[in-house]
This record gives sequence, C-alpha cells and structure tokens, in this order.
Amino acid sequence: MAARTLYDKLWDAHVVRTDEDGTALLYIDRHLVHEVTSPQAFEGLRLAGRRPWRIDSILATPDHNVPTVDRSLGIEDPISRIQVETLGRNCSEFGITEFDMSDPRQGIVHVVGPEEGATLPGMTVVCGDSHTSTHGAFGALAFGIGTSEVEHVLATQCLIQKKSKNMLVSVDGSVGNGVTAKDIVLAIIGEIGTAGGTGYAIEFGGQAIRELSMEGRMTVCNMTIEAGARAGMVAVDDKTIDYLHGLPYAPSAGQWQQALASWRDLRSDGEAVFDRVLHIDAASIQPQVSWGTSPEMVVAVGSRVPDPQQEADPVRREGMLAALKYMGLKANMPVSEIRPDKVFIGSCTNSRIEDLRAAAAVAKGRKVAEGIKLAMVVPGSGLVKRQAEREGLDRIFIDAGFDWREPGCSMCLAMNADRLEPGERCASTSNRNFEGRQGQGGRTHLVSPAMAAAAAIAGHFVDVRDFD
Amino acid sequence: MDAFTQMTGIVAPLDRANVDTDAIIPKQFLKSIKRTGFGPNLFDAWRYLDQGEPGMDNSKRPLNTEFVLNQARYRDASILLARKNFGCGSSREHAPWALLDYGFRAIIAPSFADIFFNNCFKNGVLPIVLSEDEVDRLFADVAAQDGYRLQVDLIGQRIITPSAAEFAFEVDPFRKHCLVNGLDDIGLTLQYVDDIRAYEARRRQEAPWLFSEPA
Ligand code: SF4
Repeated sequence: MAARTLYDKLWDAHVVRTDEDGTALLYIDRHLVHEVTSPQAFEGLRLAGRRPWRIDSILATPDHNVPTVDRSLGIEDPISRIQVETLGRNCSEFGITEFDMSDPRQGIVHVVGPEEGATLPGMTVVCGDSHTSTHGAFGALAFGIGTSEVEHVLATQCLIQKKSKNMLVSVDGSVGNGVTAKDIVLAIIGEIGTAGGTGYAIEFGGQAIRELSMEGRMTVCNMTIEAGARAGMVAVDDKTIDYLHGLPYAPSAGQWQQALASWRDLRSDGEAVFDRVLHIDAASIQPQVSWGTSPEMVVAVGSRVPDPQQEADPVRREGMLAALKYMGLKANMPVSEIRPDKVFIGSCTNSRIEDLRAAAAVAKGRKVAEGIKLAMVVPGSGLVKRQAEREGLDRIFIDAGFDWREPGCSMCLAMNADRLEPGERCASTSNRNFEGRQGQGGRTHLVSPAMAAAAAIAGHFVDVRDFD
Repeated sequence: MDAFTQMTGIVAPLDRANVDTDAIIPKQFLKSIKRTGFGPNLFDAWRYLDQGEPGMDNSKRPLNTEFVLNQARYRDASILLARKNFGCGSSREHAPWALLDYGFRAIIAPSFADIFFNNCFKNGVLPIVLSEDEVDRLFADVAAQDGYRLQVDLIGQRIITPSAAEFAFEVDPFRKHCLVNGLDDIGLTLQYVDDIRAYEARRRQEAPWLFSEPA
C-alpha cells in the first residue's frame, strides 16, 4: 500500500462507502453531546419517528449554560435552564449517558471526553461544537459538526463527508522556558492566518509537539479550528497510551494489548506526502498576546501593538483599524502597557490540571493587583476541580484573590452569568477574541494560563519569563 | 428543506472580512431550543444600539442606522455579499438559521469557513464562492445602483447581473443535487443501512473495545 498520512489512515478506516464524486459515508465511533447544539437535533429525530442508532457511542454533558457558582441554587436564567433541562430530558428519553450538573464528572465536553477515556486513538469523534478538534490530540479524527449533522449521526451513526487535504505543521526543535502549548498554537495561527487551514486536516508534528504533554497537545489541537481547519491531530506515542491506561472508557484489560497493537500504527508513514508542509522554529516562539478581534491578531508579549499604516493590503488595514477601535488600543503601544479589568483562566483550551498548575505556580504567594476587578479560575471538569483541590491549588488561587469556581464554559463565551461588561478588557486563556465573545462590547486578549496569572498579579501584561 | 433552483433578489453588501458566527448570531440567542425565530437577531450587535437579549421586542429597539441592513435600499435583501472567510468560528447552525429566517437564500463571498459552508447547504441556503475580483466588482456595482438585484441560477451554476453579465460558480454535485431537490440527508443515508451494518459488524470484530461499555 502507498505511504499514507495519519489522516489518510483514519479516514480509510471509517469509510462505509464512497460515491463516484468522492462523497463518502463516514462511520462515527464517538458522539459527544452538549445542551446548545442538540435540542433541535433530538426534536428532528422525534418528528421523523427515528431513534438513535447506537446509544453506547454517545456521551452527553451540559457545559455552556451551567452556573459556575453554587449549583444548589439551580440556573437562574429561565432560558438557560430550559436548555439544560431539555438535554436531560432527551438523554433520559433515549437512554443516553449524561453527566448532569450534579454529577462530579460534569464539565466542558472537550475536557470530559478525554479524561474519561471516551476519546481513543483511531476513533472518529464528533460533537456539535467546533472545538471538537481537541480530541485529535489522541490520534483520532475529530471535528465539529452542525445541528443537522448531529441529527444525522444520531439517526445513522454516519456523516456524509468529503476528504480534506493533508497539511503538516512541524514545530521543529524545543521551545524555550515559559513558552507553552498555547503560545505555540497562537504563533501558528499568527503565521498561517484564520483561513490558512481551510480545506485541510492538520497534523501537528515535530520535536516541540512530541515534547508536549497530552494536555498541551489538546490545547494545540483545540485551536486548529481557529486556523480554519476542522480537524487537527497528533500521532500516537507512549504519552498517549500512558494517559489512557486505566481510564473508565479505555479498553478493558482483556482488550488492551489488541488495542495497543492497532494504535501503534497511528502515525504518518515516513514517505507520506502532504499537500502542504509548514515548518516553524520552536526556539523563535515567544509568549503570545492577542491584540485584536481575530485569533490571528497576535504578537509576542515583548513587542508593540501593530500599526495599520504599515499594512499594504487595504482590506487587512481596514480590519486592523476596526480591531484597534473596538479594542480601545493605540497602534505602536507596548503590549506590556495593556491593563486588563478581568482575568479568566478556563475554557476547553486551557482548563486542565496542567493549566491550573501553571497558573498556580505564578500566583503562589502573590496577590491579584488592585486594578483587577475579577480574576476567576474555572476548572474544565469536576474531576479537574477535585484533583486541583487535592493538590492545594484552590488555596493558592483563593489566597491570591482569585475566584475558584464550578466547572463549565463560563466566560469563554458568556452564555451563563459570567461575562464582561461593555468596554471591559480581559486576559483570557480561551480561544476566541471575536467582538462580543465574552460579553457585548467586551475586549478579549488571548494568552496562556501562566501569562493570564502573571497579568492578574502585575495588573498589566508581562512576560512571564521575567516574572520573579 | 425547501428546494433551491433559482432566485432573484436584492443584494446587501457586508464589507468586512472574517465575519464570524458570533457576529452573525450572538450567543445569548443560542439558548433557544427551536430552529426558527432567529432572523430579528441576525447581526444583533451591529444592527441595534442596545444590548440584545432573548425575549425582547425587537421592533422597539434602537437601530444602528449605519449598519447596512438598516438602510432602506437593502431592507428586502435576500442575497448577502460578503468578504473572505465568511462564517468562521463556532459550528452553531443558528448562523444559517438566522440568515434564512431573515430572508437570505444566497451568500456570495471569496471564501467561507468549512463548517458554516456545510451548514448552509443543510438548510437551503446557497453559499457561492466567486473570485476576489468578481466580488470586488459586485461591491462596486451594488454601491452604484439602488435596488441592485442579482439572479442566481443554481441549475446553470451562474449569477446574472442586471446588465446581463454572467459569473459562473462551482458547486459540489452531491450538494447541488440535494439542494435542487430539497432532499433530506438522513433519508438518503438510510438507503445504505445494509452497508452501515456490514461496516459495523466488521469493525466490531477488528476493534471490539470501541463497542464496549465503560468498566
Ligand atoms: S469552553 Fe468555550 S470554546 Fe470550549 S466548548 Fe465551551 S464555549 Fe466552546
């Protein structure tokens, strides 16, 4: 057989049938469900008199609308409450496993799936959420789908898909101290732009990616969609396998060896040909801060806000001017002079235990600066929260003046009560800095957890490497 | 889903690149459990001067008169002209639902984000990719002429301007077939139930751990 990429292998293993024009029916192994993009799909299923094809492939949890304060009070906003209750009703009607708000395993769907071992190498994983790309970190083909497709997978266990092209992003060499997975992926998006990956499935490779933990790889794959590609992935290695061993949904002892044998092949063949290859020098990557309203608008923390007058392309120049206006920033000002009002550490990009450890290491023994109105830490799941509490991270955060919250999407998109007020500026570990993303008129700066914690302590952005 | 063969309509120009789905339909409106009713909140943050929340009477809200859809000449628009990477961001199908509910049946841009592009077809909205130059020319023509209308002919895969100029566009044959006939994907896939079952049986043999319940 000709040499194949990891994506080729995952694709080939899931094709049920292919039409002459290349349209394929692709089998789906794991379907993750949350409350926002599923109600209309279940409704469609009911209206057509259909039932889910394979309920054991589905795992559901509410995340977008859930409160991050005391859960015993329920959800105050009636419309949010109806949406969360609707998920509960749909799951019990069809017999689907749901980690509901009272379940200690509840959390952001992209944190919950991997930590349960519900995301496995070689799987196709879908969810009605664009950050499903996260799960590609396990050598899986994982991508976000719309609600019609959620219904399609529920009804048929398949999706109608066309194959994407192959792109390799190789991050060569090692990153320096204080440079994290978040900085790597922001730098990649800064380089290729938010449409750079459109039409491609991206495999992340190179020494710097291999050196990342599974959490770090998830952070990188999570933001693949911000580079325009639906799926991002990393080859399976020992780290992947060690992470999965013993998790509830991982293969049982009797099947473990058989699974391992098949997982070992989940990497691109040496001779495989990619349609596009991009090399990035890891050593050149600095801690990143986004300055605009698109994730490609990033700079190194030690630099200045870019000047639209230096931009030759008129559409881009207009975009930069509009972004600076919205963000309330001046061209050429040092990034270190930008002062956030709020700090948000959380989201499916950066709310795993490693992220909280990195933020806590910076916060330890220090205090949140006077000018910061709110600094909050929102663990990605109930299990992450418990682990952090076992390690005493909650005390470190609370002593420093951070809020320590219940798990959920929270201020990543502000569908619950956590949000920015108009004009407020936030240092956020989330993935999108679009206008109004964290609350209408809110201004988002995307950073790593350590950089967010450092900004909370200093009251302005600082290079975490100079932070003493 | 309504079939789409051809249509003629007023064109509204949205002169911004990278219009994301948060801008198309802000998150507070995603709490609905219905597929309809999103039209009044399409582009909510740009369209109104106040902060929109579900359940408001939108007819009483202050309009941002500078926003293109609030200008009288574009009020009845059913074709949206946009810049590159339209629909980037989240997978929310509420974005095409909102465009459709507002009255848009076709969107023309130099490029679209993948998930949004796909979601459009599932809802009878036709995303049309033209070159940057062609899109530039359309922006200029729309600005120059009040009541500018385009004819979209999906069967012939072309757009016809008021001066009878034509622009050809590509469309995936399968998607075209579904749109032209208003076909439901699920019904089509269920024709292959036997193939799916055969695949599943084989997969169960090869990778049984994918079919076992958690320990
Ligand atoms: S944390 Fe943010 S990006 Fe992730 S699933 Fe939730 S809302 Fe989406």
